[in-house]
Amino acid sequence: MKEVRILEIKQSVFADNDRQAQLLRQELREKKLFLLNLMSSPGSGKTTTLMRTIEALRDTLKIGVMEADIDSDVDARTISQSGVRVIQLHTGGMCHLDAEMTRQGLEGLDPAELDLVILENVGNLVCPAEFDTGATKNAMILSVPEGHDKPLKYPLMFSVCDVVLVNKIDVLPYFDFDLEKCREYVHRRNPRAKIIPICAKTGEGMKAWTDWLLQEVRGEGYGEKT
Amino acid sequence: MHELGVVFHIMDSLEKVAVENEVTGISRVVLELGEVSTVIESYLHNCWQWAAKKRELFSEAELVVETIPARTYCEGCGQTYATVEHGKICPCCHSPDTWLLQGNEFNIKEIEVY
Repeated sequence: MKEVRILEIKQSVFADNDRQAQLLRQELREKKLFLLNLMSSPGSGKTTTLMRTIEALRDTLKIGVMEADIDSDVDARTISQSGVRVIQLHTGGMCHLDAEMTRQGLEGLDPAELDLVILENVGNLVCPAEFDTGATKNAMILSVPEGHDKPLKYPLMFSVCDVVLVNKIDVLPYFDFDLEKCREYVHRRNPRAKIIPICAKTGEGMKAWTDWLLQEVRGEGYGEKT
Repeated sequence: MHELGVVFHIMDSLEKVAVENEVTGISRVVLELGEVSTVIESYLHNCWQWAAKKRELFSEAELVVETIPARTYCEGCGQTYATVEHGKICPCCHSPDTWLLQGNEFNIKEIEVY
């Protein structure tokens, strides 16, 4: 008969990933490479927002993009038209990226020459919030047609974000979206989250967003390679 | 929603534990799962069965899931109540200023090894 024994583990399922993410964040800090993790639900305008962001900042910062998708390279093809370095990551059916996948993706980008890498995470408001990618900052996009109650329905996503972009504000008159209620709901879960209303299509509010991002990158000394 | 992904994470972590403790096989894995974590227990079992067949260390491992009940605290009246039954609005004073005390845990509690 086999001799069995009990090993007490007592650790969160996410503990291993959290450790790897913390290590990656520290390494990026030393390399002065800023990693932005961009999350949202499908169809909120991540790729369009990303294109406009690149256009605004590419003369100031050396930018790379990692596109994470379950399959296809549709977004990577679009982003490559902007002239920045882009790599497509396939999660192979998984609904999120973890720190190890992020690290592998970064290696493929040749990050030594870059100031800012933007990770476009899988379109999903649940799973990416559970897995820390090791990013310097987390951003998420909530688009007007999705409704202002999303911070209540997906509290974890809103609690891990440093900035929330409320996109597609050009269609506000046609939807029952209450911007003030949205602010209240976000701040109820995350008082320190910065909220910036934008329209990636018309460009409204985009300067406030790119100014915030540039300040974050420069403020902590990221992107100042010697 | 991401049960397969977390099953892989659990198995990766436990493979490390197995090496550190010179374990040859795992006969049981006990998890603690909060009632309002984002993981569905039945999906977790399905994913576990599928993944366990592909990894020798887990081929005979039984998965046991212990549920942690979700409890919410109300800022308004200081009461705690069952989250799943009553949601975000306090059933005592109807305040929306409430916080989850427990119930979103997802832990590896212990394993039985040989």
